[in-house]
Amino acid sequence: MSTSSITFNRRAFIRTSSLASGGLLIGFNLFTACKPKAQPPVDISQLNFNDFNAFIKIADNGAVTIFSPNPEIGQGVKTAMPMLIAEELDVAWKNVYVQQGILDTENYSRQLAGGSQSIRLGWEPLRQTGATARQMLVNAAAAKWGVDPSECTTSEGVITNSKGETLGYGEVVREAAVLKVPENVTLKDPKHFKIIGTDAPNVDIDKIITGKPLFGLDYKVEGMVYACVLRPPAFGKILNSYDDAKAKAMPGVLDIIRIGEKAKELAKEGVGNWTVVMGKSDKVVVIAKTTWEAMKAKEAISATWVDDSAMESTEFQDNQLLGLLDGKEFKTLRKDGDIDKAFSQADKILERTYESPFLPHNCMEPMNFFANITDEKIHLVGPVQTPEYAATAVAGMLGRDVKDVHLEMTRMGGGFGRRLYADFVYEVAEIANAIKKPVKLVFSREDDMTAGTYRPAIKYRIKAAIKDGQVTAYHLKEAAIDENMYGLIPNFFPAGAIENYQVDVANYKSNITTGAWRAPYTNFLAFAEQSFFDELAETMEVDRIKLRLDLLDKVKGTVDERIEYSPERMQNVIKVAVDKSGWGKKPEGVFQGFAAYYCHNSHVAEVADVEVEHGLPVVKKITCVVDCGIVVNPLGAINQIEGGVIDGVGHAMYGDLSFMDGKPQSQNYDKYRLIRMGEIPVVESHLIQNDLAPTGLGEPTLPPAGAAVANALKAATGNRFTQQPFSKFPELMKVPTKPLIG
Amino acid sequence: MPKFEINVNGVSKNVDVAEDTPLLWVLRDHLDLAGTKYGCGIAQCGACTVHLDGKAVRSCSLPIASIAEQKITTIEGLSEKGDHPVQLAWKEVDVPQCGYCQAGQIMTASAFLDHNPNPTSDEIKTAMHGNICRCAAYTRIHRAVEIAATKIG
Repeated sequence: MSTSSITFNRRAFIRTSSLASGGLLIGFNLFTACKPKAQPPVDISQLNFNDFNAFIKIADNGAVTIFSPNPEIGQGVKTAMPMLIAEELDVAWKNVYVQQGILDTENYSRQLAGGSQSIRLGWEPLRQTGATARQMLVNAAAAKWGVDPSECTTSEGVITNSKGETLGYGEVVREAAVLKVPENVTLKDPKHFKIIGTDAPNVDIDKIITGKPLFGLDYKVEGMVYACVLRPPAFGKILNSYDDAKAKAMPGVLDIIRIGEKAKELAKEGVGNWTVVMGKSDKVVVIAKTTWEAMKAKEAISATWVDDSAMESTEFQDNQLLGLLDGKEFKTLRKDGDIDKAFSQADKILERTYESPFLPHNCMEPMNFFANITDEKIHLVGPVQTPEYAATAVAGMLGRDVKDVHLEMTRMGGGFGRRLYADFVYEVAEIANAIKKPVKLVFSREDDMTAGTYRPAIKYRIKAAIKDGQVTAYHLKEAAIDENMYGLIPNFFPAGAIENYQVDVANYKSNITTGAWRAPYTNFLAFAEQSFFDELAETMEVDRIKLRLDLLDKVKGTVDERIEYSPERMQNVIKVAVDKSGWGKKPEGVFQGFAAYYCHNSHVAEVADVEVEHGLPVVKKITCVVDCGIVVNPLGAINQIEGGVIDGVGHAMYGDLSFMDGKPQSQNYDKYRLIRMGEIPVVESHLIQNDLAPTGLGEPTLPPAGAAVANALKAATGNRFTQQPFSKFPELMKVPTKPLIG
Repeated sequence: MPKFEINVNGVSKNVDVAEDTPLLWVLRDHLDLAGTKYGCGIAQCGACTVHLDGKAVRSCSLPIASIAEQKITTIEGLSEKGDHPVQLAWKEVDVPQCGYCQAGQIMTASAFLDHNPNPTSDEIKTAMHGNICRCAAYTRIHRAVEIAATKIG
């Protein structure tokens, strides 16, 4: 594998310009550059700076500013992506300023959504951009000196020629600005990286610790009013009537309006039920001078609702999903060999069913968005992970040209997938269009938790055949709500390792809005699969680590292009985890559980240590080994690993949103349990050092955590957890009074 | 509407709001001090934590009428230059991921360390248990409180 896996046309996304204030501006299109299959425009000469969304400014005093359009949702890409540029530009990181989205161009609206793929996709183009800028500065200096550019070297923003003469970048920016963009630039050998691989603190750290306004909820303009929306109390209900007399008379209330027509049209046009939460119903909106006044007046509205469609309860969902698993209506996503034959010839068969609940995202910053709509402009500001999509949809909804839309992104108080869905942007656009005032839509925590785009409940049934001490068949069935696993997931481990292998999926459509949640599908599939492998090892009476390593051996040298996980890299993280966790060498009273998983192009192995305190098992430590290729910013990477692991443990232990007659049964943190400080394990992180291109890190440490914990709980209690959250089954948490053997 | 005079970060402020208005919204919407965050509105998450006469309180559940002469300190007023030992420790450890809950975490930690400058690991866990960090940056929050304690103690 090479460190470069994406080809692109450099000329298509880099243009330079001199600045009136002195200095060089290099514009490039991150959005195009980071899309592996994006086609460059046919006519490059038609490009202007409005087609760019990211810029490097080198002032004539040598100061370097990188304007990053990339939203920060907490995964650290606002720090890591500019590091890639700065590395190849060859400037000192401490002299680089990173700013987000403040360049005042009319069409500054093409930001790239974040996620675990940002660094993987940006790895090549961002370094190419930095290297191109560096080469232009070198070419300008060489021309000034009358020497060949190859005689010049750079270091920390200074160009040196073979005679030892030096020029700072700032001294040649005017000349560089008029040069042609070089076609071929050489990237550094990873051995010579000075910035990549070093610890860089969060670029917003000073603002965060002093409470500067950074987030969507903090955005404010003169004359802005606040909107709170009354939505149906349950999925399946729609608005019948409402009485707002009392609310209208309350202090600060400016107006109460009914919205929904636009959203309904959008839903009818097939934009999808997930985009418009509770989109079938009209909603009542309070417009007030302040947030509190809007929230309070909303409570004073008395509304009646009518039943429009099924009102689902958790019990109904469970029955539907189990019915699907028991049934015969499946779509087959991968089929190797003949599982039926293998099962009929098996010595032993193991079958288990794994069940998970709905989960809300619970971003700490509730959903919110600002809009100001005039005849000239649609100004949208706030936290959303899909700005292009939101801007296009709002323009379509209002019958306006997308060029009228000016969308600015703020830092986001968490994403976890919730802000991929722009329902709150449509809502605020409809409100702003009606009232013609700058307005901020604010979700209360209750609104946020009850009008979500949830991780839906999902059930897996896994069945394996064992013959002559070998796993001869593996059958994975998925029953899900709305959508099934997608992409290459059916080809993850153990695909390729077992001769007879089949993945079947089925779903039913619910009126509860569902969507992506940190590590979609794999967040629970990893739990099912890695719990199953532990049971499989127990059934086969073989070592649980050896079983995994032996199966991975069989994948080596595969020519199956659908298999993108690397058996060698997976074996390596497993072996390192065994070593670092002291696997099998722990003193009496420490119960360990193992899990290994591949997703988001990264390989991860985790070991959970459970100890018994006051008669109950407690997760004390997780050892986490990650191979995500080159680590751009270890300081940020460790934070992601620790957070992902604890998030995985927390949701496996406590995460649970149930429904009764379409109504979410938890509305706030008094009833919805998130992991807290007193419940966290120690997380020991180990990063595999190699020269391979970087891969995802925001998500892949989460999925294996639940399985590692379940496997350790089995060791401690003798009980097998097949359903999440574990806290729902206190009877299984009981530790036998006699110590377990083995 | 009634008028209230409150002392925020050492400055006297006059606000004209309903008496049940939570301090959180007075700070955010009336005084433009947006560092104090809204997370749950029912004193369960700690994002809105401020100091009232040096004690950590949940501003989302504190009606303006109950404050009277008590001195309010928000994240903006914790130190003049962002150099309170807790802020410096947060920076040293590079605690935040999304960063949204961190003002509340810092305010809880600073009030706690004022009262207990040499805490044990378990005392830190108990003190910080009421503040949710959805990104689960708890390991670093814990470490930063330990480091801040060494700077104070």
